[in-house]
Amino acid sequence: MTHKTIRVGGLSRVEGEGALTVRARDGRVTGLELRIYEPPRFFEALLRGRSHTEPPDITARICGICPVAYQMSACQAIESACGARVSGPLRDLRLLLYYGEWIESHALHVYLLHAPDFLGYESGIAMAADHRDLVERGLSLKKAGNALVAAIGGRPIHPVNVKVGGFYRVPTRRELAPAAERLRRAREVAVATVSWVAGFDFPDIEHDYRFLALSHPGEYAILSGSVATSDGEGFDVHEWPAHVTEEQVPHSTALHARLDGAAGYLVGPMARYSLNSAQLSALARQAAAEVSLGQYCRNPFRGIVVRAVEIVHACDEALRIIENYTEPDTPAVPVEPRAATGHGASEAPRGTLYHRYRIDADGLIAEADIVPPTSQNQARIETDLLHLIEPRLHLPKEELTALCERAIRNYDPCISCSAHFLDLHVDAQ
Amino acid sequence: MSTSKDTRRVPRLAVWKFASCDGCQLTLLDCEDELLSLAVKVEIAYFLEASSAVGRGPYDLSLVEGSITTPEDLERIQHVRRVSKHLVTIGACATAGGIQALRNFADVKEFASVVYARPDYVATLEHSTPISAHVPVDFELRGCPIDKRQLLEVISAFLAGRRPVVPPHSVCVECKARGNVCVMVAHGTPCLGPVTQAGCGALCPAFNRGCYGCFGPMERPNVGALNRQLRELGMSTPELVRVYRTFNATEEPFRQASERAEEAGGRE
Ligand code: SF4
Ligand code: SF4
Repeated sequence: MTHKTIRVGGLSRVEGEGALTVRARDGRVTGLELRIYEPPRFFEALLRGRSHTEPPDITARICGICPVAYQMSACQAIESACGARVSGPLRDLRLLLYYGEWIESHALHVYLLHAPDFLGYESGIAMAADHRDLVERGLSLKKAGNALVAAIGGRPIHPVNVKVGGFYRVPTRRELAPAAERLRRAREVAVATVSWVAGFDFPDIEHDYRFLALSHPGEYAILSGSVATSDGEGFDVHEWPAHVTEEQVPHSTALHARLDGAAGYLVGPMARYSLNSAQLSALARQAAAEVSLGQYCRNPFRGIVVRAVEIVHACDEALRIIENYTEPDTPAVPVEPRAATGHGASEAPRGTLYHRYRIDADGLIAEADIVPPTSQNQARIETDLLHLIEPRLHLPKEELTALCERAIRNYDPCISCSAHFLDLHVDAQ
Repeated sequence: MSTSKDTRRVPRLAVWKFASCDGCQLTLLDCEDELLSLAVKVEIAYFLEASSAVGRGPYDLSLVEGSITTPEDLERIQHVRRVSKHLVTIGACATAGGIQALRNFADVKEFASVVYARPDYVATLEHSTPISAHVPVDFELRGCPIDKRQLLEVISAFLAGRRPVVPPHSVCVECKARGNVCVMVAHGTPCLGPVTQAGCGALCPAFNRGCYGCFGPMERPNVGALNRQLRELGMSTPELVRVYRTFNATEEPFRQASERAEEAGGRE
């Protein structure tokens, strides 16, 4: 019996820390664990006893890459508990802020974190040595997203201007003008990005995914909607707890989510695209059609193309909102606390992000529950890795590790919300 | 992230992460206009969020994000100190323990049981502590998140072998400089600006919002005077306790303020 252990350090260009252990016998994988050891920070516990006005600021600190997503899901959950509704121009401003985060986060992933995999560089910065113009283009795209978030939110990371009910102060048309100027250039860059990334070499791998994403009658869902799945069964956000359950696995500090009892569904850009692509903006649909993306995407390596298409959509829609923008009369609607439970979900760049709060009569939080994209995708990522590794167990460890890291990066797992080291152990017997 | 041999003389930068949201290290990648020129001046030798190249130590400058919350991290921070000539902490997590230090005022076992069905699977320390509680720190940069301009100043200062120029005054001074109207005087909005360290450019007041102290306490803040003002504006004891217990709750002046408010509340 041969016993082989392979250790490799460094799951980089993802957010958080992870390790992958694979046990194999006679060429079959007998066990596979993607371990996430992001130190637990206990947000759901520390939120108890806080005021119902605080979750947007507190939960933003779960993830510095997608704070707006946390703020939006939190606000909507609390508003629904309190029977308040943010609509019209205030809702448009929220959308605008959220599009800014999508542009920033997707541009970061596409140019600095993911493209280097396809072009054989260790980082976006190393890639700049040979492709400075490309990396600068990516940075300008990212900057356009950040500038939009800052114009509305005050700063790109942990914006200060979001509150339950709306905003502290709404921007003037003039304040949005420079952001719009950048967005017009960004939209062109985004279209060019789609054709650039579509030209990469993609491994010929497709999976039979179960997708879950929000869906909205009026738009490619980002800020709100009801839950749609590729099973055909949809449900309202307030029915989430009846459908999605989280369980703890010993090897990870991120919980694993199950959908209607079964593990291994997928949220994120591929899910959104496959369920809602018809609702993308005309320009985004055209960009997708020109690279023959089709109506669905089931090749995780092509996720980078979907992200690029979503950037086009975000720029397009953001510009549309700015063009039609008139300052709302009031920066926020009143939100009066009452004893109730509220649910809120939105589409973070990495997938559906659900929040639930139970509030008491004094407006204090009695219970909080947060289901981030990473915990929903983790089981599915493990399955992908299993399919990827099993036929390739004979490969040299460097090659296998690099492939696994790429497979994980396809999902842009934000492991803050739930990996930086991929320590690959292969125990082959 | 250059690994070519002719970069030997170039100072080597490392970025480390402990318990955190990644927002402070992302601030470095958010320097879109400066990133590529910085990458020429320094070798970004270790920065897992951005690169799979893992250059070995020693490093001239280590930026450390996040707080110490697990038994392994107690040891890892010692390693980081050993391999770093200069160690600079970035952000409220690393300088004060961060929002996750709210456990310090509670029972961590109870906290873990709220989030995990099997808390015994989760290795965690009772307290979330700043880096300076474990190793000597050469400079602490505040903010949740840190400010991009201040980060660039800190990096250039250490590369030039000088102390960073980071103002010690309060957010109020920045409000004056920016021409904000005082939200407390004009709108009666409670604001921690008078006791909070500058650096953000008085962001919240510019959005008609009171400062919530994300940069932590300034040097020698007059917390007592502010508390009287906040009470006059109608803040209740529990509200006072909460306002000091966020991202910098363990910083001495904020910790004392929240504990005093709690005691006073107990007597009421
Ligand atoms: S200080 Fe704030 S922004 Fe920085 S890592 Fe900690 S939570 Fe994130
Ligand atoms: S005003 Fe206060 S809370 Fe707001 S960004 Fe500045 S330091 Fe942070």
